[in-house]
Amino acid sequence: MKCSLNSSQSQLCLQRHINHVSLALHSTQPFPTRTTHSVPILHSLSLHSNKRRLSSMAKSDNSLRALYLDAQSTTPLDPRVLDAMMPYMVSMYGNPHSRTHSYGWESEKATEEARQSVADIIGADPKEIIFTSGATESNNIALKGCAKFYKDKRDHIITTQTEHKCVLDSCRYLENEGFRVTYLPVQSTGIIDMNVLREAINDRTVLVSIMTVNNEIGVKQPIKEIGGLCRSKGVFFHTDAAQAVGKIPLNVNDMNIDLMSISGHKIYGPKVIRNGDPNHSYPGCVNLSFAYVEGESLLMALKDVALSSGSACTSASLEPSYVLRAIGSDEDLAHSSIRFGIGRFTTIEEVDYTVEKCIHHVKRLRAMSPLWEMVEEGIDIKTIKWSQH
Amino acid sequence: MTASATRSRVLSLYRQLLRESNRFDSYMYRNYALRRVKDSFRQHKGITDGNTIETLMADGHRNLEIIRRQTVINRLYKSDRLVVEDVATARRT
Repeated sequence: MKCSLNSSQSQLCLQRHINHVSLALHSTQPFPTRTTHSVPILHSLSLHSNKRRLSSMAKSDNSLRALYLDAQSTTPLDPRVLDAMMPYMVSMYGNPHSRTHSYGWESEKATEEARQSVADIIGADPKEIIFTSGATESNNIALKGCAKFYKDKRDHIITTQTEHKCVLDSCRYLENEGFRVTYLPVQSTGIIDMNVLREAINDRTVLVSIMTVNNEIGVKQPIKEIGGLCRSKGVFFHTDAAQAVGKIPLNVNDMNIDLMSISGHKIYGPKVIRNGDPNHSYPGCVNLSFAYVEGESLLMALKDVALSSGSACTSASLEPSYVLRAIGSDEDLAHSSIRFGIGRFTTIEEVDYTVEKCIHHVKRLRAMSPLWEMVEEGIDIKTIKWSQH
Repeated sequence: MTASATRSRVLSLYRQLLRESNRFDSYMYRNYALRRVKDSFRQHKGITDGNTIETLMADGHRNLEIIRRQTVINRLYKSDRLVVEDVATARRT
């Protein structure tokens, strides 16, 4: 029996329930939109449960999970991956290096199948695949290993200013060990200038390290061209492909890549400035700056969506991102940049929700900004002389 | 096997895949599985070669088993609804 009831009728229902225990009515009364259930409700309990639902509505922002739009920092486990791994966690638990029994053999077989899968994705031979703890370790091994091996004859390394922190840190370490490092600038699109790279290579250069897709702004470097240039000059080419593998086509032989780092856990308005190159970008990573809106306050306002300003590894520091600085972003714009990362599990609904909320909060924050007021009045901010006290 | 017998087997598999995919408790896995199943069947709609159909059907059955197992695990480890979900649940077929 369906009916829509107001509160006095609800009271009556409750009364009836006391008399007739089995009375149950379905409600068609629309409840506040923040409820987390959509099951038929025992309406005889409605008075009590309305209170509970209203109080849960007050807290519902806490009990509803945020959307996840931070695919560059990590991705969810694909159910097919979990399904493939489960048997090896519950029954086939042998050590692949145990050569003397079937537990070892079956684990070794699985490891080799995994190795072949990785090789197939990048066009490599399985013998060339080494499993490490992740892209950070791989970057360290590639740079330090290669550089130190050839130290006697060659001691110059080339990289870019927009590389991941672990690459830049490894280069700094190598500088302390006596190597010379050239940190190439990038153009305002975030892409390196091939001529600048060509000029930088000399006869003491051992390695060039340039990432395939940037984790902060999503730009794709011209990897095939870079690989071709390095091969022609007899220089090793390393690329951090953590954000690219499985997302864009890669072939280490065609692209003349000698060393590649891969990360397992990654393979998953208003007036707006898009940081990076709109034509040479990986579409799943968009970095936008909203003028006159502070990045952290926008992030806090968008608490229903998991986002990042800058990359996860630089998020603890208050300084604006070195990547955005390298592409020549104004410092105030660099402070207001947000990275939107979508993956295979993101739905159109989630994107629409995020866009709506973003527009709403940018408008709201701008309304509170005196700088924005000045811009609306036609004042050019750059001409203001901020006096010193 | 006659064309109509094949057709009904394919449709039956399609329905089973959609039904199982809908059992994911997690919004993202459920939506991805439904979308992937529909896209995949749409992509191979025009195939007429018997061997290819059998290979694809076997693949489909394998994925059905994966989805069955994973929906069970997913329902064992439920988490809270996402902010888009209360509206979405009403729209879900």
